[in-house]
Amino acid sequence: MNPRVGVVVFPGSNCDLDAQKAFRDLGADVVSVWHDEETLPEVDVVVLPGGFAHGDYLRTGAIARFSPIMDAVRSFADAGGLLIGICNGFQILCEAGLLPGALRKNAGLKFLCKWVDLRVENASTPFTNAASPGDVLRIPINHFEGNWYAEPDVLDELKANDQIVLRYVDNPNGSLDDVAGICNPERNVFGLMPHPERACEALLGSTDGAVILRSILASSPSLVSAP
Amino acid sequence: MTKFDAVVNVLLKPGISDPQGQTIERALPALGYEGVQGVRVGKHIELSVEASSEEEAYARIQEMCERLLANPVIESYEVTVS
Amino acid sequence: MIHRDLGLTDEEYKAIQDRLGRDPSYTELAMYSVMWSEHCSYKSSRVHLRNLPTEGPHILVGPGEGAGIIEVAPGKAVAFKIESHNHPSFVEPVNGAATGVGGIVRDILSMGARPIALLDSLRFGPLDEARTRYLVDGVVHGISSYGNSIGVPTVGGEVVFEDCYAENPLVNVACLGVIDTKLMNGKATGPGNAVILIGSSTGRDGIGGASVLASAEFDDESHEKRPSVQVGDPFTEKLLIEACLELIREDLLVGFQDLGAGGISCPISEMTAKAGTGMTVRLDAVHLREPQMEPFEIMISESQERMMAVVEPGNVQRVLDICKKWGLHAGVVGRVDDGDAVKVVDGAGETIADVPAVSLADEGPVYERPYERPGWIDEIQAADPGDKEPPDLAQAFLDVLASPNVADKSWVWEQYDHMIFLGTVQGPGGDAAVIRLPDSDVAVAITADGHGRYCYLDPYEGARSAVVEAALNVACTGARPLAVTNCLNFGNPEKPDVMWQFAQAVEGIGDACKALGTPVTGGNVSFYNETSGRPIFPTPVIGMIGVLDRPDAAVGSALSGDGDVLLLLGDTDPADLGGSEFASRVHGVIAGRPPKVDLADARDMIDLLVEVAGSLSSAHDCSHGGVAISLAESAIAGGRGFDCDLPADHRFLFSESPARVVVSCAPDNARQVAEAAEKRGVTVQQIGTVGGTELRFGGFTVSLENAKHVAAHSLADALAGPTIAS
Repeated sequence: MNPRVGVVVFPGSNCDLDAQKAFRDLGADVVSVWHDEETLPEVDVVVLPGGFAHGDYLRTGAIARFSPIMDAVRSFADAGGLLIGICNGFQILCEAGLLPGALRKNAGLKFLCKWVDLRVENASTPFTNAASPGDVLRIPINHFEGNWYAEPDVLDELKANDQIVLRYVDNPNGSLDDVAGICNPERNVFGLMPHPERACEALLGSTDGAVILRSILASSPSLVSAP
Repeated sequence: MTKFDAVVNVLLKPGISDPQGQTIERALPALGYEGVQGVRVGKHIELSVEASSEEEAYARIQEMCERLLANPVIESYEVTVS
Repeated sequence: MIHRDLGLTDEEYKAIQDRLGRDPSYTELAMYSVMWSEHCSYKSSRVHLRNLPTEGPHILVGPGEGAGIIEVAPGKAVAFKIESHNHPSFVEPVNGAATGVGGIVRDILSMGARPIALLDSLRFGPLDEARTRYLVDGVVHGISSYGNSIGVPTVGGEVVFEDCYAENPLVNVACLGVIDTKLMNGKATGPGNAVILIGSSTGRDGIGGASVLASAEFDDESHEKRPSVQVGDPFTEKLLIEACLELIREDLLVGFQDLGAGGISCPISEMTAKAGTGMTVRLDAVHLREPQMEPFEIMISESQERMMAVVEPGNVQRVLDICKKWGLHAGVVGRVDDGDAVKVVDGAGETIADVPAVSLADEGPVYERPYERPGWIDEIQAADPGDKEPPDLAQAFLDVLASPNVADKSWVWEQYDHMIFLGTVQGPGGDAAVIRLPDSDVAVAITADGHGRYCYLDPYEGARSAVVEAALNVACTGARPLAVTNCLNFGNPEKPDVMWQFAQAVEGIGDACKALGTPVTGGNVSFYNETSGRPIFPTPVIGMIGVLDRPDAAVGSALSGDGDVLLLLGDTDPADLGGSEFASRVHGVIAGRPPKVDLADARDMIDLLVEVAGSLSSAHDCSHGGVAISLAESAIAGGRGFDCDLPADHRFLFSESPARVVVSCAPDNARQVAEAAEKRGVTVQQIGTVGGTELRFGGFTVSLENAKHVAAHSLADALAGPTIAS
């Protein structure tokens, strides 16, 4: 049975179709989930895609976290389901308290869309297990608010628990400790600012993003439990 | 129920870097405004709420700030009810 | 004289009286003032635009609709159009540029197309002025914040700096869309059908945007009616895109049009005029943002993010439900009538306007403005073109490379999401952008190019050069140029010399487009680009689209293989330095005659590039800065140097002779490329090989590292200075 991926669409999400295509091209069955729903369909993976949910008005992710679907997303994660937030999705996860910290404006006060190198710090998560520690992945960023911050004790805890999954090789946005992506202590919730779905085809410049997507699909219960 | 007008000012917490404030602070001397310090950029939100008392209005807005209007990880806020 | 305050002449007012057989009402006059404005009626340009070629086998819809429609593959059609937002961007750069993006995106959407790519052609004054830096920063931020938020990638364009744009920057935005499920039309057919207004509420934004409405006669009311800057709301635009595409997918719309200049007056008159119907609009049904708006304000408000749909009565509820799902306001504001009148009725049922639709949409004045070749043209053409030998060739090269017109523009385009939709095969920084259309293997190449300097020296030649440069940029990727959209930026058409520039430029575009087989599918004319009586350089900007057989066949501009052979295709005339980047940058001169393009040669070059694309490692045209800069740009992009043996002559190195391209290919392919060139009569010169860490021109050598540094930092450094809003 193919892994089943649910991509949540908030009003103003705009990378949902790209995320769907990237997962579908890797063999997943993909379903789109409107933010107004109160329940999730039967899926192995939930994706909060990039974009500008609710226009990013007030603060990125601030309004989206109150969407009706978010209770179901939280329960899904609490039950151990794989949940990934990409860019705006990461911002929503932080606002919702599903991941620690907050995303501030880039230090250069400019929107940045460019290719960056990411170092895999933890390759034993369901999101990175197709990589090896220290691998460098070339994946684009695309954000104005990607400058991650957390209180010192929170950062210490993340480090102690190996929750920092990806770091920028050359920090583009001022993010604390070069953090590009983090996971929760249980390793089933992952947020990152870069866009792995944009790096799944050589024609578009890199296939390194597929390393992350493939890790996720290989870890999904449908596949893992298949005979 | 009475209608209370209120103002919420949201600022980055002290100690959190404020690149907008720093940029403005750097730009002002170039325009001849010397001696400007401590520029901080935040959000000013105006709203009116219905409540039975000023205290209740204040408490409700306080709750809105905690839940939505500010992000307690990086922002502090200040509520004024009139 | 109310009509004069509205921007209508006495003759135009009389024409309205004659047409109606009575005096127009206040609201009617306001409606005529916007619909008969230069912006909406093309009254000064129409007689010239008629001569442009507009038909071709691939052209499904030509000028006159929301956007031109081009068939790029069997069953695959795209919408492509460019528009200006110059004046609003000068007044308020962030919102001016943002609403420019919003406007062109809705034009594309109105055809039933999903907008999938944007190009921006930007022109500013000198960068050493703080006000210019403020405008650059604001315009780029406006495009970035709006385009990124609506999720349409900005994949290319141009940024030019020239003194003449200091008080009148040019912000031209082109958009490409792909027909989603059904090609829509802007016709209000079917009397009895409902008219639905979708999107933002209507406020006092941009009242008089298309005319001039702030006047004493209108200020006798107590509340303020000052025209206000339009503010863009990209979130609503994004919802509008998704909701409208869903409405079209479900086949719920009969007719569809955007609201832009002229506000609601524009679609109600144009949609009925096209369909031969009438329409009644109820003012009290229009969702307002501000209280106490006057009828005329509602009728001409240019509030953003609004669309108008004509819907059969049985589908109205479904349309409203879908809009509601997307969180959009939508309401029935009128109905299609028999007859041919546009009627506006207020809440009390009183008729406020009742005029023939065609009189608003099609019967505006058409002017044959006088034009005359100005005497100063002869003087400037006879003047020294700035072709003297520079003291140091290597330094001259670095100076030209550091020109903000040449240098690396990544400071600008890194602020644009240029990757969303997973179709950007080639993004900003190359010749043309190459976009794979969603869910297909069809790829198109798109570019926008203008050449104000050449057009200033000779508008006919300059306009031809702009078309040829755009076509070459497309052909360098291996794509065959198919069609053109143009944005014609000029000064005051009431001045005979400006009108002469316009007539010459349009003739040049027409001749070039005929010769290259690329019809003009529409575009936009922007007149009155002058401040304090000083016009901008005449600046036609050409948007060109071409099609590639396969997305992975696209050729890039970057040198990509050590040992590859470098070939210069086309003839170099050492006298082609008039209006060149070299003359301007090294000698501070813009004079002489611009290069004269041979259209047959250009056509041969395009055919050649398309034919040999599969054998090339890279292709890059020689434009600003000539062959020296073309080589350097390809080297920097590829991160590898070259070893060439070029004449140590600035006239050769920096000549901007048109229709020339530097290509690189594997040594095994060189012979085949050369033979193909010779067969078409294209001059081919082997000028060197790819490799190493230096740019070895022959007469001088510069390290790749140094060239890269100069190109990468000049624009960013220049923009780092302080900015001033006024």
